[in-house]
Amino acid sequence: MIMTVQFFGYIGRKAFRVKDTFADLFKEISGVYYLTRHTLYCSFIEPLKGKPIKWGSMWIQMEEVGVKSALIVFLTLFLIGVILAIQTAYQMSQFGALEYVGALVGVAITRELGPLMAALVMAGRVGAAFTAELGTMKVSDEILALETMALDPVKFLIVPRFLALIIMLPCLTILGNLMGIFGGFLVGITTLGIDPIIYIDRSIEALQVKDVFSGLFKSGMFALIIVMIGSYLAFVIEGGAEKVGQNTRSAVVTSMILIIISDMVFTAFFFFLE
Amino acid sequence: MITIRNLKKTFGEGDKKMIVLDNFNADFEEGKVTCILGGSGSGKSTVLKHMIGVYQPDSGEIEVDGENIVGMNREQMNKVRKKYGIMFQSGALFNSMTVEENVALPLREHTGLNESTIKIMVKMKLEMVGLRGAEHLKPSQISGGMLKRISLARAISLDPKIVFYDEPSAGLDPISIGVIDQLIKDLSNKMGITSIVVTHELASAFRIADKIIMLFKGEIISSGTPDEIKNSKDPRVVQFINGLPDGPIPFSKSQRDYGEELKEMTFYN
Repeated sequence: MIMTVQFFGYIGRKAFRVKDTFADLFKEISGVYYLTRHTLYCSFIEPLKGKPIKWGSMWIQMEEVGVKSALIVFLTLFLIGVILAIQTAYQMSQFGALEYVGALVGVAITRELGPLMAALVMAGRVGAAFTAELGTMKVSDEILALETMALDPVKFLIVPRFLALIIMLPCLTILGNLMGIFGGFLVGITTLGIDPIIYIDRSIEALQVKDVFSGLFKSGMFALIIVMIGSYLAFVIEGGAEKVGQNTRSAVVTSMILIIISDMVFTAFFFFLE
Repeated sequence: MITIRNLKKTFGEGDKKMIVLDNFNADFEEGKVTCILGGSGSGKSTVLKHMIGVYQPDSGEIEVDGENIVGMNREQMNKVRKKYGIMFQSGALFNSMTVEENVALPLREHTGLNESTIKIMVKMKLEMVGLRGAEHLKPSQISGGMLKRISLARAISLDPKIVFYDEPSAGLDPISIGVIDQLIKDLSNKMGITSIVVTHELASAFRIADKIIMLFKGEIISSGTPDEIKNSKDPRVVQFINGLPDGPIPFSKSQRDYGEELKEMTFYN
């Protein structure tokens, strides 16, 4: 009898805990939604009403997130191109289709790996920096100070970062794609011994403009994810340095997971669109 | 200038519900320095945060210049906030900006003044706090006392009607406290600014205040001029201003009996 009561008590407590977890989850989701809506409003609609964007801080952020991340994105994608070419060469040569390595590398990078790898690298580099910086500002009352000066912290802090990343991430992705294709090309014409003209021909045959555009669309969405998750988790920080560390970690983890999930969704979407 | 009527605020839900302010009433007069005194956890900062619109009360009214700010939306609140200057306890200067940019920020955002006028105004404000020449330093390069003075310069850069000071003298040396006290007094006397000072620094409160409000557990236990407070017979006021360890205000914050709690401790080894 007591066992049964304890058992049901256990189930009841578990059920309540699950309910709380879901309630918290929905609270977070709605928080991110409202922040995103406000950010989009401030970046695209308010300028039309005569309240200009902070160009100065946007340029600074563009340099910070774009120019300074270029090297690491290029290196990553160059190496991905090299690896992809070497890995596929063996399988392709078994079918006697070694020259199609170029096509495979080109399509895989522009459609999928370029946007994805660039976004993952940026989530680690830029997302963490956003959360740590804005979180420290929150902890030291700087965000409260902005609000009490009748200045909108979203407009001041998030909008420049959002616009900078949504412009720079697609740019980096395009240049990164070229680096990846170049990496594959180098391996193809040297180690694999494919004729350069044939390699380029096969690549161009296989690539379509819409591959590039679907990749760019994705990287725009990834930019939105990185900025919104990073800034939301910074704005909800209460307390001190410990929480800044925790939220920086969760910002990187959450945005990486969301990037991969949304990548899957968009890939499926574009696949069925054709 | 500011009138607070029947303010009520609770934090937490269910078992953890904590009533911080209950039926709180206060008046802050125009052009006067009003000090809110009280020990830690007495609700001083909560009152301040209600007045600057950071917290929304559960019920009650806060009138600023005849307008009720409770339930205002963001835009209406921003209009009220332009009358405010706030000096934060930690300074809350923007670390990425220089001192000059910090002080100039409200001017650049809320006025249409040209760059040279703004430069002159920044210089004037910095001269008022005695820190002319520190324009090009970053907040991380200056001392705590200077941070607070620059925070004050930023708070008064728009020539506000009301200035809030959150612990203006906490953690400063006696001379800096004296300088800041003098500034607060001058601003009220010469420029007619309404000052609201949250502090637990008794000496400076007695020096600058026209009126003192003393809080304990979210209630006003005494209010009046510094002399009235000094001569008060209320045992809680006497304990607070003399800093007595024993009295009606308990030192220990725990709710439960010490002996009971010791007896209930169990150890497994």
